[in-house]
Amino acid sequence: MLTAGIDIGSTGTKAVLFDGEVRGAAMVPTGWDPKSAGLAAFHQALAAAGLAEGAVQQIVGTGYGRVSLPIFDRKVTEITCHARGAYHLFPDTRTVVDIGGQDSKVIALDGEGRVADFIMNDKCAAGTGRFLQVMAGVLDVSLDELGAIAVGADPVQISSMCTVFAESEIIGMLARGVAKGRIAAGIFDSIARRIQGLAGRVALSDQVTFSGGVALNAEICRAIGAGLGVSLSVPAAPQFVGALGAALLGYEQ
Amino acid sequence: MNEKKKAGESAEAGLVKAATFEEISHLRERNVLALKKAKESGRKVVGTYCLYSPTELIVAAGAIPVSLCGTSQTPIPAAEKVLPRALCPLIKSSYGFAITDTCPYFHFADLLLAETTCDGKKKMYELLGELKPLHLMQLPQVQDEAALDYWLIELKRLIRRLEAEFVVEITPQRLTEAIALLNGERRSLKALQDVCRRKPAPISGMDLLTVLHNRGFSVDKREAVELLDRLTAELLALSDRGISPFSANAPRVLLTGVPVGLGSDKVVRIVEECGGSVVCFESCGGYKKVDPVEESGDPLRSIAEKYLRIPCSCMSPNAGRMELVERLVQEFSVDAVIDLTWQGCHTYNIESFTLKKHLQGGVRMPFMQIETDYSESDSEQLKVRIEAFLEMVGGKQAKK
Repeated sequence: MLTAGIDIGSTGTKAVLFDGEVRGAAMVPTGWDPKSAGLAAFHQALAAAGLAEGAVQQIVGTGYGRVSLPIFDRKVTEITCHARGAYHLFPDTRTVVDIGGQDSKVIALDGEGRVADFIMNDKCAAGTGRFLQVMAGVLDVSLDELGAIAVGADPVQISSMCTVFAESEIIGMLARGVAKGRIAAGIFDSIARRIQGLAGRVALSDQVTFSGGVALNAEICRAIGAGLGVSLSVPAAPQFVGALGAALLGYEQ
Repeated sequence: MNEKKKAGESAEAGLVKAATFEEISHLRERNVLALKKAKESGRKVVGTYCLYSPTELIVAAGAIPVSLCGTSQTPIPAAEKVLPRALCPLIKSSYGFAITDTCPYFHFADLLLAETTCDGKKKMYELLGELKPLHLMQLPQVQDEAALDYWLIELKRLIRRLEAEFVVEITPQRLTEAIALLNGERRSLKALQDVCRRKPAPISGMDLLTVLHNRGFSVDKREAVELLDRLTAELLALSDRGISPFSANAPRVLLTGVPVGLGSDKVVRIVEECGGSVVCFESCGGYKKVDPVEESGDPLRSIAEKYLRIPCSCMSPNAGRMELVERLVQEFSVDAVIDLTWQGCHTYNIESFTLKKHLQGGVRMPFMQIETDYSESDSEQLKVRIEAFLEMVGGKQAKK
């Protein structure tokens, strides 16, 4: 059976095709139109796999935009999908840390990949992908460069968690001549502290998988791993964990 | 999720709503007129904000007790001209209604009755006292013998105030009668809420909340009790015929935490939109209210005991709430507990950690805290969290 998982996130839309193994995947920016983005990611994944739309027997939607597409056979929240996807990639996983474009969450899993408990940040964008983007903008570097300049730097203390306040705090630091690398390291530390705070509210294990696009950044992986005192399992394509989980849930039905 | 019936969605469920529900959902408008008439005929009105207000004393003074408005977002911007933005929405809303004169019950009140429950409320009451005569009761924040003695003095101080304001005498006989009347109301409220012990519940949480909210504004207690009893009987009859807005496998949710009412019902609405069934409100307007006054012994002491044992998070310690939630989880065959806390409500926000530990220690009850306010700004975010929570609960049910 061939299934599709489509994860329409706030920033990126991902599609994964699965029939016992991953047959194809694609990612497009969500932009202002989640509906078109969902369809585009789906069609690109089909093209990559050389498969026709008619061959897909079950389409599962997840992410903020899951309400917007009529083609879904089933809609599941990204929390359940991330848990399922991470469990597939790393069967020993008992905790998932996911940082997406506008939210972050820590999920506790039972021995069968089901959600046992979870905690999600409240409505503010503190410690999310959006936070990183804004901070990289203030420092006038790309997200990749933000990671590179932070390597080995002595992190400054950034006390504001709110994106808007942290921006003002950093502008103040730049005015005082604090090195960019130290500020970048401080930004990663502040996100790690935020995740530590969330993780304190669910039962944390030593088998932690880190998913979501922010996990592509090696420095943030190091900071969060050090903060939680564990070594994180990071998938090769961390942005696709939710879409993979959705495809798996369709496959198992 | 697709196979589940959602509250109020199916035509069938819409058609067979208990007939009395319709009447109760329009009660508010009717009550305002009744209150106006009662005032014109010389009756006195005492407005209350909190379950700690000893309503028996108001009734024994021949006055009409009414709940005051405080569950709507609308007057909050007006309140924020004076109060800090980070304050709890319930306090801001209550104050906002008062200064904008948009709560008819506040408008008609001759006296406001308030208690020193949380810090935010007691300081807000200082400002409210500038708008209308306000009697502030000093509520102890511990539930022991010394506190009871102190609380009794406070009740006596209230009696003197009511007697002086309304030129009446509050006799033990009148107190006993008031206890009987209000215990009748509590019995009726308990019977209504207990219909949701049935699986599936014959009424949605949103409809139940509508009833609990609207009856708080009733002028004639006996009439309100009669109406509630009629509704309870209708709901039981519907349930006997197997009619419910829910399917048998809808996750049964107990809502605990801060007070909720119409206008601050966001979380109840989202839970039921996501396929859950809110079967029990542990909060002040719900099950906390049904605990009766002991009918033997000294009436005033019995009243003092009843009100002091209310398990609000302003008490420290507050073991009574842990016990009550645990008992209701069993009695209502609950699948999950949601603890709703308002932003800026320190006591409930902190106590949530204790409650989670308590519930997950023994029975491992699925538990989620939601911290929010009256606005709709986080609705989409809440939907994800609540839907994921119900998926988790559904997964656990499937495993059983």
